[in-house]
Amino acid sequence: MAHADTHDHHDHDHKPTGIGRWLFATNHKDIGTMYLLFALMMFFLGGAMALGIRLELFKPGMQWFDPAFYNSLVTNHALIMIFGAVMPAWVGLANWMIPLQVGAPDMALPRMNNYSFWILPFAFTLLLSSFFTAGGGPAGGWTLYPPLSLQAGDSFPLTIFAIHMMGISSIMGAINVIVTIMNMRAPGMTLLKLPLFCWTWLITAYLLIAVMPVLAGAVTMLLTDHYFGTSFFNPAGGGDPVMFQHIFWFFGHPEVYILILPAFGIVSEIIPAFSRKPLFGYDAMVYASASIAFLSFIVWAHHMFTVGMPLAGQMFFMMSTMLIAIPTGVKVFNWTATMWKGSITFEPPMLFALAFLFLFTIGGFSGLMLAIAPADFQYQDTYFVVAHFHYVLVPGAVFAIMAGVYYWLPKWTGHMYSMSLAKWHFWLSTVSVNVLFFPQHFLGLAGMPRRIPDYSTQFTDWNMVSSVGGFVFGFSQLLFVVVVWQCARGGAKATDKVWDGQMTGLEWTVASPAPYHSFTDAPDLTGVADTHH
Amino acid sequence: MPAPRGHRGLVARLLLFTAGSFAFGFALVPLYSVLCKVWDTGNRWYGTQTAQASVIEQPDVDRVVTIEFVGNVAHQEDWEFAPTATTMKVHPGKLYEATFHAKNLTGHAVVAQAVPSIAPQTIARYFKKTQCFCFEPQKFAIAESREMPIRFIVDRDLPPDIDRITLSYSFFDLPQAAASNR
Amino acid sequence: MLNRKVLSALGGILAALPALAYESSYNMTTGVTDISRQVHGLHMMTFWVCVAIAVAVFGVMIYSIMTFRKSKGAVADQTLLHSTKVEVIWTVIPVLILIGVAVPTAKTMVRMDDTRNADLSIKITGYQWKWQYEYMGTGVSFYSTLAPSSNEARQLHSGIDPKSVKDYLLEVDHPVVVPVDAKVRLLLTGNDVIHSWWVPDFAVKKDAIPGFINEAWFKAEKIGHYTGQCTELCGRDHGFMPIAVDVVSKEDYAKWLAAQQEAAKAAAPAATTAANSAASASATL
Repeated sequence: MAHADTHDHHDHDHKPTGIGRWLFATNHKDIGTMYLLFALMMFFLGGAMALGIRLELFKPGMQWFDPAFYNSLVTNHALIMIFGAVMPAWVGLANWMIPLQVGAPDMALPRMNNYSFWILPFAFTLLLSSFFTAGGGPAGGWTLYPPLSLQAGDSFPLTIFAIHMMGISSIMGAINVIVTIMNMRAPGMTLLKLPLFCWTWLITAYLLIAVMPVLAGAVTMLLTDHYFGTSFFNPAGGGDPVMFQHIFWFFGHPEVYILILPAFGIVSEIIPAFSRKPLFGYDAMVYASASIAFLSFIVWAHHMFTVGMPLAGQMFFMMSTMLIAIPTGVKVFNWTATMWKGSITFEPPMLFALAFLFLFTIGGFSGLMLAIAPADFQYQDTYFVVAHFHYVLVPGAVFAIMAGVYYWLPKWTGHMYSMSLAKWHFWLSTVSVNVLFFPQHFLGLAGMPRRIPDYSTQFTDWNMVSSVGGFVFGFSQLLFVVVVWQCARGGAKATDKVWDGQMTGLEWTVASPAPYHSFTDAPDLTGVADTHH
Repeated sequence: MPAPRGHRGLVARLLLFTAGSFAFGFALVPLYSVLCKVWDTGNRWYGTQTAQASVIEQPDVDRVVTIEFVGNVAHQEDWEFAPTATTMKVHPGKLYEATFHAKNLTGHAVVAQAVPSIAPQTIARYFKKTQCFCFEPQKFAIAESREMPIRFIVDRDLPPDIDRITLSYSFFDLPQAAASNR
Repeated sequence: MLNRKVLSALGGILAALPALAYESSYNMTTGVTDISRQVHGLHMMTFWVCVAIAVAVFGVMIYSIMTFRKSKGAVADQTLLHSTKVEVIWTVIPVLILIGVAVPTAKTMVRMDDTRNADLSIKITGYQWKWQYEYMGTGVSFYSTLAPSSNEARQLHSGIDPKSVKDYLLEVDHPVVVPVDAKVRLLLTGNDVIHSWWVPDFAVKKDAIPGFINEAWFKAEKIGHYTGQCTELCGRDHGFMPIAVDVVSKEDYAKWLAAQQEAAKAAAPAATTAANSAASASATL
């Protein structure tokens, strides 16, 4: 099964030069870099939209935007952050690190890797160009609920095709990850020796190929309802708009775990490294990830408690949702136990991982509260939900991406970055992200619906606090760009091992920067003690 | 390196899996209808259509259930559409007839169609119709008005905690293209 | 003004203290129905369960971060790899907690689902962007839209300070009027797209979906004026179709209803054809 690739034996770094290196890139590191830069650009673009939202919500009254434009900001902020920033960032990290972690020379399918990246700029050009069509950009929410989404103007087909392309790109990325992990592991690297980042990505990849096509199907049905007179979701023809929600969330809930599972993987690597102690309960971590993935397929309707489900249905989806707390709890407990009796230091990657640990857990708590169906009637579509999923996705997924970048950046560039600047970035982000999102819990509980461009005056104070937090958070991210830029340009030479920690991955056995072709001779792990058991 | 030989088998299986997921997305449509019928859920309620001949009337005279009729139209200036009686008290096990009144105010001939919905949705299986105008395209001449009947029987097995059933019809103009196809 | 902002920022941090969560501008309303009180109770119960778990888990995390520092000379214990005993414990305890939460929740859900023995039924139709209320069987029907004062102030660059407008964005031209202590059954449908009818004080939030009918109910126990908003994105003016409900005494309700019926008859005698005249007529058994 695991075998050394024997073809194309490069002894030196033969890098293609010029623009061709990037356009025709097949090297996993080049493609990974492009994915990460693309994700960063989208993060700032989506972030700019978020700041537009926070600007309008800074005080009551309409100051800046037409409500329809505000709705398209909300819609595109979500689409861009999910499909343009977080998912490509994970694929970029997977590209860079999975071959290095499994001891492979490259990804299994380099040509497809190139296609899957280059589809993205086109997909997002298509999505953003819809802003210039008659009627403006898509404004029905990223959930695209019909009949509202069917009222869109010329932006509609552009949005649908953009989503198709994003889907194709991530499916190709997922297949590549699965094949690389299944077929290209170094000799002796059994599945239960896999680093957890690879494990969680493997599970994510299977989720992707299971649900992205379902989303493609759902939006295709929207398209035919709009243009070809079908009545999948159109009540006039006997269709059912609620059915769209079922299909959408059958995709949508696993999608949530697609965004967060790789984060679990990264945190599971960083916490042991800087606690100088092996991960507690490695097997339990793997099984917990798999059970979370499985459960994600049977909880979807908790997004739609208010559509009028029969009692039995509500009970089922409430209970299954509550069950997710158990494997998630196991993970949090294992991370905590890893730090117990460790020898902890606080480098930037560890700081971000710790912030993840605390703040993701807060998102988990509000998730448990949301599972309680009767209470969900009060939370549904309010800022409480907004606070919940932003806690899970910003100090959750985004902080884990930051942690991963800070962890591996010296390995990529060969230089250490400015620790003090990175720590500034960390503290500013962590404080401001709470100022930004914590008050949104109060807003939601006090009765402020989400996706509204203006609000009643009793919500003013917390919105102001939240907006201030939003702007501080947004501009703090520029520090991240400075750190990465400086690190790419130069800095103290990084050692092969980079950190004074207890890292077990194969990526720490190669030089810093990692050679252009990772493992030309596959490392042999046969007989190497399994550190996890 | 288009799918190096060693990977082809796995890639093919994964592509097949992906194609299966895509097909599953569409398969959810009929699957949803089936599940809705089995569990009496979803809003896609077509009602239980029964042949009149098969209905045996055994009125449960000790029990009275209120039936409430509701009519909805998408464009109120275009249609008059309402039940002739908004409520009706019935005995389970007895056949009744109710009518809806519709009048075309659009100023041209139209084809329209009524879509039914019932509340509480879980009792759909106990509400049996022997005649209904729902899901049938109805042709209306200019200013034509018509009484449209529905004949129904409430099953004697209706759960005892149900005292009221609401039957709602939403009346939609059919798009020209769809109308001419029929 | 600036001081106030600083204070509210400080408040944001302080409010993380659970004690303040009882304050109404931070927390869910207790509401004025039995169900809303139960829902509030479930909300607070789950919240305190979360707080208790958080104290334990965050406590261990913070203790570890403080104690097991390399800078303090901590040496890692390389033998702590896993322990079946603790792993079973921290799987079983959450299961028990979840069961403990689920049981009272299920009881409330059963009560919420029970729409029987309603004193009156109101059909609510969501439009882009207003609500229509029809009092079933009475012939009373009206639209309810954003109050003109709010509507004027909410226009882009209106120059009107929203704080000078009474109940900005929560005031309507025709509020719903219902009697106190009466079980009001709601039948919800949408005319164009999906809307959602929410009044926090009644703990009622239900989607209004075109083509289909949904049920909900409430029984307000206190006379007063209650507001809510549409909570399903429904297009451009989604934020501007509020809900206002006046809960009045039974006598006032009867008077109001009679006046509405009178007005309806006077306004359009011709329009009150089929539906209204037949309203009182019920088919013989």
